[in-house]
Amino acid sequence: MLKRIELTRNPFIKSALKNRYPQLAVFIVMLFGYIFAILAGLIGTPVGSHNFSIVFVWIAWWAILILVAVPFFGRGWCAVCPIPLPGEWLQRGAVLNPPDKKPKWLNRRWPRALRNIWLQNISFLLLALFSSVLLTTPNITGIVLAGMLFAAIGLSTVFERRAFCRYLCPVGGFIGLYSQTAPIELRIKNKQVCVTCDGKPCYNGSANGYGCPWDIFPGGLTKNTYCGLCMECIRTCPHDNIAINLRSFSADLAKPSARMDEAFKAFIMLGSAIIYAGVLLGPWGALKDAAYNVGTGAWFIYAAVFLGIIFIIMPSLFALCVSRFENLKAFKRRFATLSSSLIPLGLMFWVAFSLSFVLTNATYILASLSDPLGLGWNLFGTANTTWQPMLTSILAPGQTLALVSGLIWSARTSQKTAREAQVSSIPIIVYCLTTTLVMLWLLL
Amino acid sequence: MKRPELLSRILILAATLGAVGAPLFFWTRIPLIHAQMAEDGGWSPDVLYAEVGKPLHLRFTSDDVVHGFAVGQMDTQIVDAVDIEPGKVTDIELTFDKPGIYTFFCTRWCGVNHWRMRGTIEVTGSASDPQPATVPLYVTLGLDIDAPHDAPSIPSDQPSAIRGQRLASNLEISEFTATDFYQTNSPYQLFENLNSAALSDSEKWDVVSYIWESNTTSKALTGGAQLYSQNCAACHGENGAGDGVFADDLKAAGESSMQSMAGADNLMMQTPVDFTDTKRMLGASPALLQGKILRGGMGTGMPMWGSIFTEEQIWDLIAYLFSFQFEYH
Repeated sequence: MLKRIELTRNPFIKSALKNRYPQLAVFIVMLFGYIFAILAGLIGTPVGSHNFSIVFVWIAWWAILILVAVPFFGRGWCAVCPIPLPGEWLQRGAVLNPPDKKPKWLNRRWPRALRNIWLQNISFLLLALFSSVLLTTPNITGIVLAGMLFAAIGLSTVFERRAFCRYLCPVGGFIGLYSQTAPIELRIKNKQVCVTCDGKPCYNGSANGYGCPWDIFPGGLTKNTYCGLCMECIRTCPHDNIAINLRSFSADLAKPSARMDEAFKAFIMLGSAIIYAGVLLGPWGALKDAAYNVGTGAWFIYAAVFLGIIFIIMPSLFALCVSRFENLKAFKRRFATLSSSLIPLGLMFWVAFSLSFVLTNATYILASLSDPLGLGWNLFGTANTTWQPMLTSILAPGQTLALVSGLIWSARTSQKTAREAQVSSIPIIVYCLTTTLVMLWLLL
Repeated sequence: MKRPELLSRILILAATLGAVGAPLFFWTRIPLIHAQMAEDGGWSPDVLYAEVGKPLHLRFTSDDVVHGFAVGQMDTQIVDAVDIEPGKVTDIELTFDKPGIYTFFCTRWCGVNHWRMRGTIEVTGSASDPQPATVPLYVTLGLDIDAPHDAPSIPSDQPSAIRGQRLASNLEISEFTATDFYQTNSPYQLFENLNSAALSDSEKWDVVSYIWESNTTSKALTGGAQLYSQNCAACHGENGAGDGVFADDLKAAGESSMQSMAGADNLMMQTPVDFTDTKRMLGASPALLQGKILRGGMGTGMPMWGSIFTEEQIWDLIAYLFSFQFEYH
């Protein structure tokens, strides 16, 4: 295993992260793009392949997110996502200044029963079930983007910190899960310093910055899942005890959590990637129609099968792989812990699936860049770029490589976790192999 | 408030307002004419305004499939129809030299209701006095264009103008070759008029075929064929057999599709007419066909073409329709 390398030792990196302005500048650019995408979706051309919202959100942003940001930077996207910006301004009454001592709004704690990612599981599934329409219909994309922005603003006025990001964002849920595999982490340097630290400004805020918007005490951080890399603790820590480290991939999975919400997130993501590959890339017209015609009988059947695969078939088969039933509590714990083996596989499924439609549709990005409003402009001379799949020769090898490395990665992870759980890793590896073969068949 | 805080707030507000304002500004400043399948609204807007002699600059975009644009009663516009591609913008400049209400229409077979995709351009100005519309021949003749008009008898083989020409050289047929006679009589009526001649029925039909051909030119037939292929074949079929790509869809849409039109409660949906149906075609005079094309099928799927084709184009088209019956040179 690689030793950790502290990136924040580099004075340039450190000052870039500690200073609020670089991040704020990116936030503002992202906010512009985000709102522009909402407007483009709502009033631009309904032709998805030429609408900025579809092209830049579901092709360009998605490609960057799943192929680069998540695998290499974990929650790197959350660090610059503009969704919380307006809500936080409203919540704090300031963009940079310390918040008032007396909260401006309700400032409630998030309900204890919902302090998990089940709502994120549900919000992701809600989008997933409508994805055929969402991914191709600009005004639906515009409404969903606007809905997320307003939900974040609304929740900021009722609850403290970034309640939307932490508990509701459909994207944040899976980014968090997969960020455990990323070679980047934010951690404290010396635990003792945190234990003796007065006032815990990293959590409670100070004149130098805000208390952790993600409701995390950095002193207790052991995995990336819920750290949004907002960098506030780097700014507030009076002891310079926060570091951004370069580490080996999937270091967090060495000690996986045993949470059922996270376990099901792994099944949701793995299952959705397989189903999407079948629906969006497969040759079955009836399946595509069923997924697209929301509200029809065929769609309800599709939705039932979708949920059945994710919530019943895949977890049940996995349960068989980890069975050694003594009591329910121990079984649930083992089931949840061992399901973390599926995290690298799920991520690589998404990489393989995304490679396909991103490379197929990337030329739309060039066309849309020159004519973002669909008004016949040709700003960069690329408006008339004809649609053409890119890098077709490397697509199949690239996807195969992604799936095989995902399989090996998950197999290695399962060997470690199974050993600790005192079960055989072979059934889990067979499970991973079978799902990989299904995915290979669907993609190739 | 400290300056950085103020500046940050201004920048965030500017980004927000810019992202909302810029699209709204440009979209309202650069209006587009949207083309959608008729079921989803057709042209939007569907009424345009222009002035005689002043160029009319139009910017089209399609919101679904490929559509085409052409303006009726302007010969070149039909031939040089432009495509309007989904999500792209097509610029068109038109100049009208006569005032009036022009019809623009889709030239791509975009869907079963393709023919309903029409709009109007109201051209005002006094460059020349408005010309009164000529009364169509079928109106002058008082023809009931909806009445059955089958020929009582038909030839056993396809009549040939080539054979007919040889036979006609020995006959006195000048009264039948005049344009007036051709336009106002059906082939069967001419066949009846040829009764006095000492010819077999088959030979008479050959002569009818020759006389019909002599009332047209190869240029007119080519023009008619082009118009047919662009505008009629979608329903009536490339070979005139009433089996175009939309024929089945129209049949499937049935009466309900037609009754959705206001006031069309009792209209029957009809399948596209088969121009290879000998009885029907040989019993139809060019004037009758002119009426059907000009007026359309009144609630059936047959559109009115009077606002789109010029009179000359309609006669060319009719000449071409008879070529499904007769063997021409």
